[in-house]
Amino acid sequence: MKPLIQATIAIIIVCALLLFAANRLETAGSQGSKDTITVYNWGEYIDPSLIDQFTEETGIQVIYETFDSNEAMMTKVEQGGSAYDVAVPSEYMVQMMIEKDLLIPLDHSKIPNLKNIDPYFLDLAFDPKNKYSIPYFWGTVGIVYNPNLIDDHLTFTTWEDLWDPSLKDKVFLVDGAREVMGMGLNSLGESLNSKDDELLKKATDKLITLSPNIKAIIGDEITPLMINNEAAVALTWSGQAADMMWENEELDFAVPKEGSNLWFDNFVIPKTAANIDGAHAFINFMLDAEISAQNNDYVGYSTPNAAAMALMDPEVIEDERFYPGEDLRDKLEVYENLGLKWLGKYNEYFLKFKMSIR
Amino acid sequence: MTNRVSKGSLFPYCLWILLFVIAPIALIVYYSLLDLEGKFTLSNYQSFFSPAYIKMTFTSFWYAFLITFFTLVISYPTAYLLTKTKHKHLWLMLIIIPSWINLLLKTYAFIGIFGLYGPINAVVEVFGIEPKQILFTDFSFIFVSVYIFIPFMIIPIFNSLDKLNPTLIYAARDLGASSFTTFRRVVFPLTIDGVKSGIQVTFIPALSLFMITRLIAGNQVITLGTAIEQQFLVSQNWGMGSTIAVFLIIIMIIIMLVTGQRKGGRA
Repeated sequence: MKPLIQATIAIIIVCALLLFAANRLETAGSQGSKDTITVYNWGEYIDPSLIDQFTEETGIQVIYETFDSNEAMMTKVEQGGSAYDVAVPSEYMVQMMIEKDLLIPLDHSKIPNLKNIDPYFLDLAFDPKNKYSIPYFWGTVGIVYNPNLIDDHLTFTTWEDLWDPSLKDKVFLVDGAREVMGMGLNSLGESLNSKDDELLKKATDKLITLSPNIKAIIGDEITPLMINNEAAVALTWSGQAADMMWENEELDFAVPKEGSNLWFDNFVIPKTAANIDGAHAFINFMLDAEISAQNNDYVGYSTPNAAAMALMDPEVIEDERFYPGEDLRDKLEVYENLGLKWLGKYNEYFLKFKMSIR
Repeated sequence: MTNRVSKGSLFPYCLWILLFVIAPIALIVYYSLLDLEGKFTLSNYQSFFSPAYIKMTFTSFWYAFLITFFTLVISYPTAYLLTKTKHKHLWLMLIIIPSWINLLLKTYAFIGIFGLYGPINAVVEVFGIEPKQILFTDFSFIFVSVYIFIPFMIIPIFNSLDKLNPTLIYAARDLGASSFTTFRRVVFPLTIDGVKSGIQVTFIPALSLFMITRLIAGNQVITLGTAIEQQFLVSQNWGMGSTIAVFLIIIMIIIMLVTGQRKGGRA
């Protein structure tokens, strides 16, 4: 009987430990205090020296954590495990988090540096009057390519260039349903937020005709492949393209004229926040013209901060590839939150397309 | 008395199974019956029987079959030769050690090895053949998967070969059987249990591979594992993801039954 009892006790202890650990994880985060904030951001998305500077100036310690997808971030905030004070979701996720009541409205009086933001990027459809969010960086979806590996006449000013027969087995796509389906819809001249089954079907059929040109559909692994001249053409985000071009000067980037996606990553204060004043102080700090200019220089994405742009190298901000002019900007569309039903449909069609590429 | 003890001694075991096997599976089945709004429905099962998912099931099966087949073809002779070597446990150790390294790490290593400027293409170039992109092909996918599963196949086969009584082989040879007949009629039937468990530990995980399909096959191969990942992480349709998982579990049970060891009939 003795080993039996021991075994039973062992199981009970294991379960108790698991419960205890889960409980600890949940409470550990929520013990916020006046002098720390937890910032939850994308990887490689801030100049780390600015975090130290913020601590020096305000005495608030920063716990910095990173995520690699909007969905993963939202799940963690929703579970309420940790006391994230500032998070940086993309615009469609801001909308979804507002709907799920996961955000705290911002107190604009505590963020005077909001005036530095270009009004063009304020009061957008996903968050009217910036009640919950302030843009941090923005960018587009376009095509990064290596002119040495492809025909000269391809400049990707139009999506049709992707269908060029000379690109057989040379095109890499990013593994995202919204990006790829959006590209299909844009190439037909339609909106990338279309909620029309017929249109989605047409876009999928159009994408299927692209199959012979597609080499692979992958994620961040595309960056080293482009840098090492192993891949010729890739559909990707402007920020990622900027990273690649920083490492490999042969590369070029274009946003096709039919239009594309315009995305924003935004500061928000989730409901999990324990130090709301600290969170406002951090956001205000990051919006300061000089701080922002230094951060932009480090991160390399496009900034909505007009005051910071005035301090930056003119060559950077005049680069039409990353700071497109008004005429192209008007063609760019922000992703709308489609709702789970349509998001599911986009994914079903994307899956159908993926299964056709071989 | 004996009866009572034997029943009681099952208690911790049953508790464990209930908490860590039955309960999770029951949860998966429960989620598979929920739609996006959290209402009970069978629509997930209905969508599973659409052409896209049926086709995906077949591709998963086909690739899992290919992977298992090549793994077996490589592992059986290897295990056989291992039992003949002097320091067989050392050699076995050397084969097993790579399986301690994280799967993702090994996969990333292959991205470099198969790359356009990687070592394989460098060797190929010496023979005057144009370097080719080996990544993102069926070949690279199957190669990497087979590489990953080899240790898991070798261990059970090695064990059953090692336990094989050598006098049976001598007897067969004495009775005039050729070495091929000895293998076919004596060695192989006596090690079939090792092969079966090897197939189980290869085929079942191979059905649900997902990171390798993206990293090495560039999503040219779509398996049920990929679909589950997408449903949970991107579409946030836990119901559909669970439904695919339910079918995966059913398929696994069938495979376990088919390759399972029979109670009687053992020498």
